[in-house]
Amino acid sequence: MFLKQYISDVYQGVKSLLRGMRRTGYYFTHHKEIITQEYPDNRDTLVLAERFRGEVVMPHDENNEHACTGCTACELACPNATIKIVTRFDVTPEGKKKKAIDTFVYHLELCTMCNLCVEACPTSAIKMAPTFEHSVTDRSKLIKKLNRPGSKIREGVE
Amino acid sequence: MLSLEHITNAVHQWLYGNLSEGWALFAEFVIIGVLAISLFSILGLVLIMMERKVSAYMQVRIGPNRVGKKGMLQTVADTLKLIVKEGLTPDGADKFLFNLAPFVVMVVAMVILAPIAFAKGFQIWDVNIGVLFVTAVSSVSVIGILMAGWASNNKYSLLGAMRSGAQIVSYELSAGLSILCIVVLTGSLRITDIIAAQENGWWLFKGHIPVIIAFVIFLIAVTAETNRAPFDLAEAESELTAGFHTEYSGMKFALFFLAEYVNVFIVCAIGATLFLGGWMPLHIGHWQGFNHVMDYIPSSVWFLGKTFFLIFVIMWFRWTFPRLRIDQLLNLEWKYLLPISMINLLLVTVIAIAGWHF
Repeated sequence: MFLKQYISDVYQGVKSLLRGMRRTGYYFTHHKEIITQEYPDNRDTLVLAERFRGEVVMPHDENNEHACTGCTACELACPNATIKIVTRFDVTPEGKKKKAIDTFVYHLELCTMCNLCVEACPTSAIKMAPTFEHSVTDRSKLIKKLNRPGSKIREGVE
Repeated sequence: MLSLEHITNAVHQWLYGNLSEGWALFAEFVIIGVLAISLFSILGLVLIMMERKVSAYMQVRIGPNRVGKKGMLQTVADTLKLIVKEGLTPDGADKFLFNLAPFVVMVVAMVILAPIAFAKGFQIWDVNIGVLFVTAVSSVSVIGILMAGWASNNKYSLLGAMRSGAQIVSYELSAGLSILCIVVLTGSLRITDIIAAQENGWWLFKGHIPVIIAFVIFLIAVTAETNRAPFDLAEAESELTAGFHTEYSGMKFALFFLAEYVNVFIVCAIGATLFLGGWMPLHIGHWQGFNHVMDYIPSSVWFLGKTFFLIFVIMWFRWTFPRLRIDQLLNLEWKYLLPISMINLLLVTVIAIAGWHF
């Protein structure tokens, strides 16, 4: 009984090792499987993963309109105070006051790309962009204003 | 046909014809020394490059590809970097032993080179105890490793060196027993006799399954003896930073690194000699036509081809298998490899006595 166990141990061990060698041998002979991207050379054709998180951006449509209502949910969700929202009150044609954003300040140097602000946003006004070449010569250049000058909230977004 | 044998004979005759006997012998020593050192440096560059490329392809990477064409000069650049780096000796170290250890490891690797036949008639020293000489001298390298670990005055180094000692001492047994299988079949310890006995077929094919088992055990044991992954307990990057050469830097570190690869080359050369027929071309029994065609390929190409094939297999092991713990390592040797190789030796002896091999 002991001898049977011993022989089966040796057999199973050799079998699993050979299976591993077959896999690495396959990779060794099939170079098309290589997943390394030679980055600076293939800059134009670079393909990043769909969910790659590089920085927070606010998409604007062709009328220079965004979907941010200035609710500050992202600012509250942010764990390390990356986002600062300065609000102002617009007066609608009916004479009512309406809250809107003045500036959406985003500190890239503080951001950990945790995606919590994007998840917290009720109107999907911000999203993560697949950019990663963030190096600048001065720290102040990392403080970004996400809403474009003269932009306003899209009609119908509450 | 120009062969290495003719060149060495011509050089030998020219030296003895033009110089007195003592000076001729001295000149031959110098030539052999220069050849051995240049072989070592070329081996270091080629094997490290090969290791890096093989590992890259097995891990679905590209590997070095910037220095020179397709990265082929990467190791040259690395060597230049190591040469200009400072060779630091720690304050608490035993300075004499610390500086001596890399040279001991290197010299041992050089001495094992002596009985290896690189091509037909191209051998430094055809000693009648060739195989015994190789196994005896290769165990001296553990002294260099222990020396390095002890002299570093560092607990990681000492632990690595002690592990290396335990590992080499135990794996030498099964490596020795597998070598003994071939010695039993050939009836001689001389390397030239062993190669000559494989003229009608390599031992791997002639000796039935027991020789194949011996070959596999030999490969496992020499992987352990050269301290390479999956048996890299002496270095154990994840546990002991770098094991016995933690404190070494610059060229002294490079000597250890080089010695590892030279040792890999040497054990693969011995494996190729014993099991795959050394420089002997692939001959099958009495197929005269086939044997003649195979003879046209130079013997040095056969030797290097077989050796590099075995080196590739050992690299394949390294980049596939998970590392062993120290107790698993000793279990594998004492509970599995040693009993199997002992029974195997018995079988081979029966085959040799009864003359069942081809």
